[in-house]
Amino acid sequence: MASGGRRFVLHFDWTLFVLVLTLAGIGLISVISASYAGAHRRWDPLVIRQLIWIAAGTVAMLVAVFIDYRAFQSWAYPIYAVAIGLLIAVMVAGHATGGSRRWINLGFFHLEPSELAKLAVVIVMVRYLREEPPKGGWGLRQMIIPFVLLGIPAALVLKQPDLGTGLILVLITATLIFVSGLNSRTMLMLGIAAMLAAPLSWHYLKPYQRQRLVSFINPQADPLGSGYHIIQSEIAIGAGGPFGKGFLNGTQARLNFLPEQSTDFIFAVFAEEFGLAGTIVLLALYASVIARGAWIARHARDRFGALLAVGLTAIVFWQVAINIGMATGMLPVVGITLPLVSYGGSSLIAMMAAMGILISINNRRYLF
Amino acid sequence: MAKFRSSSSNRAVPKLEPRIAILTGLMLAVFAFVAVRLYYLQVLHHQEMTELADRNRIRIRRVPAPRGLVFDRNHRPLVDTRPSFDAMIVPEDSDNLSATIEKLERYIGADHVADKISDADEEGRPPYEPVKAAERLNWQQVVALEAHQLELPGVSLEISPGRHYLYGQMAAHLLGYVGEVTKNDLIEKADYHMGDEIGKFGLERGFEGFLRGGAGGQEIEVDAVGRRLRVLKEIPDTPGESVVMTIDLNLQQAAEQAMAGKNGAFVAIDPNNGDVLAMVSHPAFDPDIFGGGVKASAWRELTTDPNHPLQNRAIQGIYPPGSTFKIVDAVAGLEEGTLNPASAYNCPGGMWFGGREYHCWRHQGHGTIELHDAIVRSCDVYFYNVGQKLGIDRIAKWANALGLGVKSGIPLDRESAGTIPSSAWKQKRFHERWYPAETLSVAIGQGYVATTPLQMAQVAAQIASGGVRYRPQFVKSIEGLDGSIAKSYAPIVENRIAIDPDALEVIKDAMADVVNGAGGTAHKAHLDDVTVCGKTGTAQVVGGDAPVGESEADDKTPDQFKDHAWFIAFAPKEHPKIAAACIIEHGGHGGSASAPVIHDVFQRYFQLNPPPPRPEIARVLEDSPPDER
Repeated sequence: MASGGRRFVLHFDWTLFVLVLTLAGIGLISVISASYAGAHRRWDPLVIRQLIWIAAGTVAMLVAVFIDYRAFQSWAYPIYAVAIGLLIAVMVAGHATGGSRRWINLGFFHLEPSELAKLAVVIVMVRYLREEPPKGGWGLRQMIIPFVLLGIPAALVLKQPDLGTGLILVLITATLIFVSGLNSRTMLMLGIAAMLAAPLSWHYLKPYQRQRLVSFINPQADPLGSGYHIIQSEIAIGAGGPFGKGFLNGTQARLNFLPEQSTDFIFAVFAEEFGLAGTIVLLALYASVIARGAWIARHARDRFGALLAVGLTAIVFWQVAINIGMATGMLPVVGITLPLVSYGGSSLIAMMAAMGILISINNRRYLF
Repeated sequence: MAKFRSSSSNRAVPKLEPRIAILTGLMLAVFAFVAVRLYYLQVLHHQEMTELADRNRIRIRRVPAPRGLVFDRNHRPLVDTRPSFDAMIVPEDSDNLSATIEKLERYIGADHVADKISDADEEGRPPYEPVKAAERLNWQQVVALEAHQLELPGVSLEISPGRHYLYGQMAAHLLGYVGEVTKNDLIEKADYHMGDEIGKFGLERGFEGFLRGGAGGQEIEVDAVGRRLRVLKEIPDTPGESVVMTIDLNLQQAAEQAMAGKNGAFVAIDPNNGDVLAMVSHPAFDPDIFGGGVKASAWRELTTDPNHPLQNRAIQGIYPPGSTFKIVDAVAGLEEGTLNPASAYNCPGGMWFGGREYHCWRHQGHGTIELHDAIVRSCDVYFYNVGQKLGIDRIAKWANALGLGVKSGIPLDRESAGTIPSSAWKQKRFHERWYPAETLSVAIGQGYVATTPLQMAQVAAQIASGGVRYRPQFVKSIEGLDGSIAKSYAPIVENRIAIDPDALEVIKDAMADVVNGAGGTAHKAHLDDVTVCGKTGTAQVVGGDAPVGESEADDKTPDQFKDHAWFIAFAPKEHPKIAAACIIEHGGHGGSASAPVIHDVFQRYFQLNPPPPRPEIARVLEDSPPDER
């Protein structure tokens, strides 16, 4: 074990670890900006809590590093069951805010089961997709079980309603199926089916969700209503300019013109204060995490590890792409956090744990 | 370590590799796309977004500058600016708005507060922007508001400069009034904002540019809900410049007093430079009621009053000049050579022309009479003959030269030019030729002739000055805050006619005898130590039964059919200092109704400005022109 410990330190993926902590640090700075209300005010309790979540997330990440990721193969279904159970619990005992029921109050912690559900879906999908597909790739029949595995949590999440997480679940599942090897004919069929389903899904959207889609297409249609978020976010980002207004000098956040500034729109807070220089650095950090995740996937020792790495990386990618796409007005508004940066215990701890698993996959290359 | 990396055979997942590579490529491509979008927003649209962010957070609160003061020619204040208290309400600051409004209305007697708030909201009032609930609170209202402050959340007092007219209705038409800008003003004038005060009438309107000053303001940072957080920048206001008028307060007061209770107009000007010394139009209005929004009921009362108190009769009122026009005939005849002082006509009390008899006002007639007596006694038949010899177009030419039928150029809006008919005019207006009989009516200032009181004062002044007509001006100079002269207004010569000195002397002698001589029609204008020259006139009122010309109508005629009484005059006869015209609507005789007004004002004038020694001595001492502007 002594030599194992030395090897562990030697092979520990410091690159990813430092990237993750840097992003969490940027997140802390942005939460300070988002909650700053003038020099005369004390720091917002939000900042203290985010600091605690980063510490807890770091612990979770290190714990995950020590777990042999292969163990998730046997834990996959129990973890999945727990996640489903928690999603059902949210429906029953969850706290409602702003018309949706998303978290359970544990007293010291507001647990958001949908954050766990993302990890659970990745694990359970990878558990199923670890088998080599038949020659030519997965056929439609083999996809029934993954669809069911996706369908249950996705339905529960959409019921909350949490369109963002539902979308992420679909996208990471699609990513995993694609990488694991899908029959090209099936891929075509699914693609056509998805396109046909898109107009139908309009029917199932809540009015506010439809409104968001309309505002996305034309934000000026209702500039003080549903278009407000997009407009104010673009203003904040644009006002940042090439080098930003400087730390704590952003007016859009401080004066509350930005909505959801510490969570969904934290990118705009950061962008206003640190400018293009800051946002490019942030984007580069995420790109590095993704590149690193892809590298780990390609170098994993088994198919399970490789797909798990792809799935975890996909969570980061899709959340970053959708969150920034939304903040910059390229995508309609859906409530998705910016991984490792947005305020929030559940998302931060889950994401850091996911990064821990990724590091674990990398480390185990040397251990067996 | 290196050997693991370099050896792909060690990898467990070669089949996955290409797809992972594709995926990674796609992901990084998406990021590149995002980076382009960020460049677009943060570099290409940086300026625009910064402006939008500032527009979000910065609100400009304008602080109106105190308006400039208005002084009389001797620097006595006529109009000033005093603190005015307005009750403001921030609806968002009141938990129970309707209760607050109800209390506010009860304590200070404000009305329609809820409507004012909903109006403001309709016009796009941002949250936390106060609404003016009541304006120009009096002392009791201010005290009531202060005493109940705690019961009125969201209500506050705002002090702003308010216009105050020190002498109430005095010279109301000349001074004018101010009011809140209208939507039209806002469209036309870029530098005005909602709620600003603007000169609406008279001097206040004409000299708006000087009086207004520059509004100051505060840039206030607000948050998303509109709460005011801090003042970012303060721009001090620049008070307006002061206007020094040519009006003499004492003279104006004397004129107002002399005109008290009468409808009509009075204008006094300095014949040596065109300075308006006094200008009265009755009935008048109280300019104070317009400040900060006139009440609808008061406005309706003013606009529907059959006496038209908002009309400045001195420049807008057009009346037939009656016999005062005979001065014009005399000048025209003497200058055209159709008349000389010895020209004599017989007046049997009327004259047959074109198959109709034209009466003289004196039915028994004046007998054979020469120019001097014809003016003094205002013989109509004499001037029928003068007019006949001249013809309408020569009369029109000289009337125009004396400023009739043309605008005087006084810097006031809506001045009327009046009407001086000519054959061309009639052709254009009625597509008809001029009939010689119509010239008879014109010769005695009736028919189509219409003049304003100011124009008639100008006629008196031009005779007084020997042919020079100045543009009437009522502002002498503009003064900066420190009392320095920012701009002064020099006399402007509108027209200069060379009246033959002998002819002029004849007319002046006759006008002096109108007031002072035997048989004169205006003895009531006589002053003991100054020779006043004048001419009476009676303007026929349509519907009245009185004969044309100088009327013999007595006091039994009902008021609305009584003629308008004219009197024009200047004094002293040598080196005149003041010229004036007065019309009293339905006053009857010029000599009995209007001459006393001019008497009172001239008397006051010469008390204030003692006359030079009598002409015999003056002629010896004379060395400098009397212009003392």
